Amino acid sequence: MKKLSARRRHPLAALVVLLFALAVTGGLYAAFSPSEAKADDSSAQSLAIEEGKKLYAVGCASCHGTGGQGTTDGPSLVGVGSAAVDFQVSTGRMPAQQPGAQVPKKKNIYSNAQIEQLSAYIASLGPGPVTPTKEQFDPAGGNVAEGGELFRTNCAQCHNFVGKGGALTNGKYAPSLEGVSPKHLYEAMQTGPQNMPSFPDTVMPEEKKKDIIAYLDTVNSDKTETPGGMEIGGLGPVSEGLFGWVFGMGAMIVLTIWVAARTAKAKKS
Amino acid sequence: MEAAGNPFADPGLPPHEHRQQDIDERAARRSERTIALLFTVSMLATVAFIASYVAFPVDRIIYVFPLGHISALNFSLGLTLGIALFTIGAGAVHWARTLMSDVEVADERHPIEAAPEVKAKVLEDFAAGAAESGFGRRKLARNTLFGALTLVPLAGLVLLRDLGPLPQDKLRHTKWGKGKRLMNYNTMLALRPEDIAVGSLTFAMPEGMKESDHDFQTQIAKAALMLVRLQPENIKDKRELDWSHDGIVAFSKICTHVGCPINLYEQQTHHVLCPCHQSTFDLSDGGRVIFGPAGHALPQLRIGVNKDGYLEAKGDFAEPVGPAFWERG
Amino acid sequence: MSTATETQRGRKAPAGERVADWADGRLGVYSLAKANMRKIFPDHWSFMLGEVALYSFIIIILTGVYLTLFFHPSMEEVVYHGPYVPMQGVRMSEAFASTLDISFEVRGGLLIRQIHHWAALIFLAAMLVHMMRVFFTGAFRKPREINWLFGFLLFFLGMLTGFTGYSLPDDLLSGTGLRFIEGVFLSIPVVGTYISMFVFGGEFPGMDLIPRLYPVHVLLLPGIMLGLLVAHLILVFYHKHTQYPGPGKTEKNVVGMPLLPVYMAKAGGFFFLVFGVIAILSAVATINPIWAIGPYRPDQVSTGAQPDWYMGFAEGLVRVMPGWEINAWGHTLVLGVFIPIVLFPLVLFAIGVYPFIESWITGDKREHHILDRPRNAPTRTAFGVAWLTAYLVMLVGGGNDLWATSFHLSINSITWFVRIGFFAGPVLAFIVTKRICLGLQRRDKDKVLHGRETGIIKRLPHGEFIEVHQPLSQEDLHKLTQHEQPEPYEVGPAEDENGVRRKIKGSQKLRAKLSKGYYGEDNVIPKPTAEEYKEITSGHGHH
Repeated sequence: MKKLSARRRHPLAALVVLLFALAVTGGLYAAFSPSEAKADDSSAQSLAIEEGKKLYAVGCASCHGTGGQGTTDGPSLVGVGSAAVDFQVSTGRMPAQQPGAQVPKKKNIYSNAQIEQLSAYIASLGPGPVTPTKEQFDPAGGNVAEGGELFRTNCAQCHNFVGKGGALTNGKYAPSLEGVSPKHLYEAMQTGPQNMPSFPDTVMPEEKKKDIIAYLDTVNSDKTETPGGMEIGGLGPVSEGLFGWVFGMGAMIVLTIWVAARTAKAKKS
Repeated sequence: MEAAGNPFADPGLPPHEHRQQDIDERAARRSERTIALLFTVSMLATVAFIASYVAFPVDRIIYVFPLGHISALNFSLGLTLGIALFTIGAGAVHWARTLMSDVEVADERHPIEAAPEVKAKVLEDFAAGAAESGFGRRKLARNTLFGALTLVPLAGLVLLRDLGPLPQDKLRHTKWGKGKRLMNYNTMLALRPEDIAVGSLTFAMPEGMKESDHDFQTQIAKAALMLVRLQPENIKDKRELDWSHDGIVAFSKICTHVGCPINLYEQQTHHVLCPCHQSTFDLSDGGRVIFGPAGHALPQLRIGVNKDGYLEAKGDFAEPVGPAFWERG
Repeated sequence: MSTATETQRGRKAPAGERVADWADGRLGVYSLAKANMRKIFPDHWSFMLGEVALYSFIIIILTGVYLTLFFHPSMEEVVYHGPYVPMQGVRMSEAFASTLDISFEVRGGLLIRQIHHWAALIFLAAMLVHMMRVFFTGAFRKPREINWLFGFLLFFLGMLTGFTGYSLPDDLLSGTGLRFIEGVFLSIPVVGTYISMFVFGGEFPGMDLIPRLYPVHVLLLPGIMLGLLVAHLILVFYHKHTQYPGPGKTEKNVVGMPLLPVYMAKAGGFFFLVFGVIAILSAVATINPIWAIGPYRPDQVSTGAQPDWYMGFAEGLVRVMPGWEINAWGHTLVLGVFIPIVLFPLVLFAIGVYPFIESWITGDKREHHILDRPRNAPTRTAFGVAWLTAYLVMLVGGGNDLWATSFHLSINSITWFVRIGFFAGPVLAFIVTKRICLGLQRRDKDKVLHGRETGIIKRLPHGEFIEVHQPLSQEDLHKLTQHEQPEPYEVGPAEDENGVRRKIKGSQKLRAKLSKGYYGEDNVIPKPTAEEYKEITSGHGHH
């Protein structure tokens, strides 16, 4: 897990993500005029949609229906946008092994180009949240303290105060945010995957999302500082109590045995 | 006498056996050197403690495997202090175990209870003292004394009155009221219905509240609100539907069990879970309790849209928010 | 007096002696020392568990005094501008801000904070383990019942002191705990809202709570505890320590090493060992990182909201209680909160008053200084294990969300498991423990009569294989047979010798029944008698 996140935080990885994100969104980003963008590379776009449709038919249609309209096994994908596709597929959650309330993340089986094509196809079904660009989700420049306040108000109730995750009802859970890339954090907030509610830009503006990502980058990453020593899970008093009993009280009992034991007797001659 | 016939008789304390240190001065010297070494380590550790106190700035962070990025000062101070203390203890215990006598000694016990003549003397003294006091005979004096002693603590009790105000109807009102707009927590801007998407979660506070208000904490402890949007056809409760606006429903964020902010919202099931004691409420069914220790539904705030197109409250909560209490009814 | 005259007679006494003379003339230290200086303490590791508690208490007081020098118990709000970046510009109470300052600006402040907190967790853990040692060995019996009560009160007050201390930094986690306390006050019938308003100085959270908790945490509760602790130790000295059965140990003596020098060196050294371990623990492991948790706001919360472990039992009771609420005649009875909060002290007091219950049932009014081996008191041992089971089940309940995420279970199933386990677990534990105890008694009996199994297999001339049994030493024979097996209490015949019906009180019947549960035939394996032993050992060969 650590290694994965380390690779994700590699400076080159960020570059790859950037290039990839730019390629996927193309001119679709809100700052640009959508019509202009369409005009620019409509042929490349329609090619991608075609390829995406084929991939969709193989990997997704059994649950989400042939036209993305949804079935009893999977929700409609009309209007979920490319951000949702990128999040679900590149974290390996989709395609799911079996439909259910909680689809865990696993190894991603698609190439970046394929995800891009799938995204393009789903985005063509109806307007929805667009895969973010690096300047939207890059933690650099975010206000960490503001992000902390927002995180404690909007996120900590499920994901714990530093994003270690937590339980939901009936076996569902909010996953740990350790090692989740800034892009995926952004997409999750934007789209609300599975049982997570979404935090659209209308109520959680873009720069606030960036603040939250910056906060997580500070308190839950490889470079997180834990001045007091080992973090012991960052789960609060339960793990501290367990640690105190096992190592604290354990050491004490070993000591009592040593202090009270009699010293070995000299061998009788 | 009994021992002769009893195979289980107490054989008495086993004879003392010598340790190596008792019979071999060289072994004893070795022990002494170990002890001295431990005490010397302690001295060095104390010096190291003072040195780290001076040397490391309070904000220096170092990476120590497997502990992570930790404070150099905390780590070095704790370790040196720990070693300084531990080696004193280890030296002392080693001394006691190897060089001090380990001959077991038996000490006699004496019964705790007093001898009968002592008891008799005490009772006699007490009877004499009691008679001399006239405590049994002077009933008027005695009973008024009891009365006075019973009443006097009331003075202390009365003094506690000003610890706090009387409850009155404080728990029944919040800052919400008719026409108050719903302000987004994250931006402190007034919310419009179109801001709130299906499946999203938004928190709101009443218009006019500021974080810097003196009573902000007390007010937000009651007024905190969560907003979700459902498809109107998914709302099962009639009143909930009436009090909603276009599928947007507003519920108190304060759990009706013991008042934790309850907002673990599952957007697919429309359930909210309390992270403190796992009470679960169904936001598509009037905030009904479906699991856990909460005793009643989450209060809903009736909302609508004002003429400028902003969401507004249609009044205060119809019932007290938060934990139940005796006068709640 | 004689010492003083001797000094006048020319010989100059050493300085130490002169100081002692001075003190003796005013405090009578020589008589005190005569009784105590060479007092005998038995050596056993389990006798040092109480010392772990004692020393962690001292460590808590030392570090606590240091923390008071920097902590501001105030709920006035300030905006943080200190060195910890993720909090810069955040509004917080002065209490929280000063705790951040202790952690990030006072050199060594973080270490002292962590020592204080780790020591508190170990203090409570050590008290519980010590209490269980005393319980399972029957050390609470006459003359030590009052000292058991003192110890029990220390444990209970330790929980309260710990909880108030945990609340002082006013962080998001502890504030959530205080909100829970508000709910608890509100649930009290009739006077609940008044108590809540008086404690909080108005509505929750108000501005008064932290300043009020502060003297309770640093003065009132530790003061009471210090008094109880001194009384506890005086009684330990006065009663002299109990001892495990063994050769040469009787009800009339105490076998061990003298206070001066061995015990003094061991106990004194042990203080440093305990302090050293806690200091090292605080160097390597974070505890209660309030900077990561954030300041308290009544509208924020984090999942995994739990109290420190010693309140986990109460937390469990609250979590698994069904949401009962009765509304009638314009009033609300909040049973969903009130019942667990009443149960919490009741379950604890069940073990607190146990010595008096046992002595009433057994009718045993003698002093006991030789400890029981737990197997020889099966009903008591089973009760203790049942109590611990209930305690542990609720501890699991208190952390149900973390169990759920760690073991991929459903919170709802764990809650149901705990609801059922709280009632079924102790019963099961009681039955199983009792059977194990009786089994061990049987094994002891076999050992006494047939000797120890050596593991050596011998082939007899006619081809049969037998395992060679080695007879026990005199010491072991004594140790395995020294315990008493009293007769159960009987109500007596329903009619006296004249045929008149006696009045038998219900309490007597109950007592007889319970007494049978302790000493009745089903609850004890009769220990081997000397006759049995002689018959078997003399008639060797015919099995």
